[in-house]
Amino acid sequence: MSDHHLPSSELDQEIDAHGVYYRDLNARIRQAVERRPCQRLVLRHVCGQRYIGTGLRSRVRIEIHGTPGNDLGAFMDGPTIVVHGNAQDGSGNTMNSGEIIVHGRAGDITGYAMRGGRIFVRDGVGYRAGIHMKEYGERRPVLVIGGTAQPFLGEYMAGGVVLLLGLNLQASEPHRTVHVGTGMHGGVIYVRGAIEDWQLGREVGRAELEEEDWVLVAQLVHDFAGHFGGDPEAILSAPFVKLFPLYLRPYGNLYAY
Amino acid sequence: MKSYLASRFVVLRDQERCIQCRVCVRQCGYDVHACDQEAGDVYSSDDRCVGCHRCVVFCPTQALSVRENPLSYRANANWRPEAIEDVLRQAETGGVLLTGMGNDKPYRIYWDHLVLNASQVTNPSIDPLREPMELTTFLGAKPEAVTLDPETGALGTQMPPQVPVDVPILFSAMSFGSISLPAQESLARAAAEAGTLFNTGEGGLHRSLYPFAGNAIVQVASGRFGVDPEYLQAGRMVEIKIGQGAKPGIGGHLPGEKVSAEVAATRMIPIGTDALSPAPHHDIYSIEDLRQLIYALKEATQYSKPVGVKIAAVHNVAAIASGIVRAGADYIAIDGLRGSTGAAPKVMRDHVGIPIELALAAVDTRLRQEGIRHCVSLIAAGGIRNSADVLKAIALGADAVYIATAALVALGCRVCQMCYAGKCSWGIATQNPYLTRRINPAIGARRLANLLRGWSHEIQEMLGGMGINALESLRGNRLHLRAVGLSDSEMRVLGVRPAGE
Repeated sequence: MSDHHLPSSELDQEIDAHGVYYRDLNARIRQAVERRPCQRLVLRHVCGQRYIGTGLRSRVRIEIHGTPGNDLGAFMDGPTIVVHGNAQDGSGNTMNSGEIIVHGRAGDITGYAMRGGRIFVRDGVGYRAGIHMKEYGERRPVLVIGGTAQPFLGEYMAGGVVLLLGLNLQASEPHRTVHVGTGMHGGVIYVRGAIEDWQLGREVGRAELEEEDWVLVAQLVHDFAGHFGGDPEAILSAPFVKLFPLYLRPYGNLYAY
Repeated sequence: MKSYLASRFVVLRDQERCIQCRVCVRQCGYDVHACDQEAGDVYSSDDRCVGCHRCVVFCPTQALSVRENPLSYRANANWRPEAIEDVLRQAETGGVLLTGMGNDKPYRIYWDHLVLNASQVTNPSIDPLREPMELTTFLGAKPEAVTLDPETGALGTQMPPQVPVDVPILFSAMSFGSISLPAQESLARAAAEAGTLFNTGEGGLHRSLYPFAGNAIVQVASGRFGVDPEYLQAGRMVEIKIGQGAKPGIGGHLPGEKVSAEVAATRMIPIGTDALSPAPHHDIYSIEDLRQLIYALKEATQYSKPVGVKIAAVHNVAAIASGIVRAGADYIAIDGLRGSTGAAPKVMRDHVGIPIELALAAVDTRLRQEGIRHCVSLIAAGGIRNSADVLKAIALGADAVYIATAALVALGCRVCQMCYAGKCSWGIATQNPYLTRRINPAIGARRLANLLRGWSHEIQEMLGGMGINALESLRGNRLHLRAVGLSDSEMRVLGVRPAGE
């Protein structure tokens, strides 16, 4: 729980976002990041402003106190965004690299089409989280969800890793999500806890975790606990299942040539 | 299963002229021609021929010709050969019929029922060879009004981003993947030479084409292939693809066979996987959501370039366009019923959407009625074949047009409609390096730039004939059009009077 209390230095900046229009706020963020060397930018009293960090190419760390608006970190390339609150829809939309850490819940289409970087959400996510995530070469996006998800998790997924931990579920209570991985043709989804076959898309297979899966999951769970607390070993002691695409080309047989 | 389909074409080889040089064997992407190893004779398998004429054009002794198979069915106005053959093909495969290029059905082509005006006696025509003639078009939103500094005359209004093009003809979206890299490079080079723009389509921008990014419209579609901050920053304009005239309402599948190493690198997906573009953008379920993506892209590009939206022309296109204006788009591209594609279900291509002429007129009229026409540029697409079509589109209200089929025809395309097969003998709609090599981008660009040059001169001639010395004066000026052979309701939608009135 300690990583967001870095010692302050002259490389820190702070913006009070109270009542600031999103466009002005984002212009100030961009100015803060681009005009002067800035390692850490703290935004206070954020209330629904959209596009924070959108299109930003930088290594800056942005700490948000309050509730950022939709499309947080869209097309983002490099920054680390820590949200002390909930995030709304479209966080990490088409994100390229960097990290978004949400100390709360994230809304619909979290991580839509992300192709790199990592998103950690302490609680649950909305509809279609991880939709159309993709990977290429060393770019392998990661979405870790502490709670459970609403329907269509990992829809059209073409690459990357989704880890669904279900920490807010009671023992043996199944995940809430359905249609998981509908249209999935790449990547992998790890689910901790119970998920029934009827909750999965038709294109999805189910398997035990292998050695390399456990290495990856253990690393992500340790990182998750590093952000939000909790005992990684206790989290890892529950059953996990691996969901994978049955077909690389789910619609290959659809057409007459 | 034995196919009951007869071949569509017959290959005619004049044995007197044929010298067995095997050029046809090498040129054909469909393996129509082959060489008998023992006898050394070259022979042809008609059933594979798609009628693309590559062998005919390259035969050094003009020994080859291709005819449509004269096979006769019993005459039937209802069960025409195409209907019979489509049923057979589906009975043999159980699949969705795929096709390429634009709608080939005999829907009314309104361009051919519209005629342009010219000056006689009462107003002088202009000779464009000796007098200035302005074709430059500025794409982007225009302000409600402008203020000038009374002292200096300097512009006081903060202008939205404007992109000037020297000719009002842009190359429409064709992705690397659907077409070859040399074909796309030809478009990029020609756009740079002619002072216009090409459109990347939804396949990203290949590294080798970044030098031409200043002439690129970079597209953002539902699959978000190849979209990263560098791509968005590089393009001259950004286009959100909602729909395509050839397949309104559905997404796209680039089959895994076409996802070569280079295509994979540009789209940023693994080699050989299907590139699936879902039908909707899953962050856009409403006009409000569209506004959110438009402004996400404006934020990502710091409001430095126009962000447009491409839609297919459908029944409610005018109301949809009004919504897109209010969502903050800087331009709207409308793709009509005859718009082309690299691959689409035939049933969608041939039966969904409305003609561009009617859609364009309806949108222009509606936006004027609502007092928001200045908020966007309109780009008309889908079925522009020549400079007269361009000028008629501008008189109906377009700021510029997109051409795609015409551009590919300039590169050799015979509109054989087999783009989805990936075997294009002209090296256009294929990723097979043996075939793509045959397009030299410098020569391809020359052919395309020549086309634009020819059309520009013709446009200037026609404008001069009307007594107009700037394209701007014709834009939306439907008094310069008259209709021949159209119904009252068609003329009402087009906003055009009958010839003679």
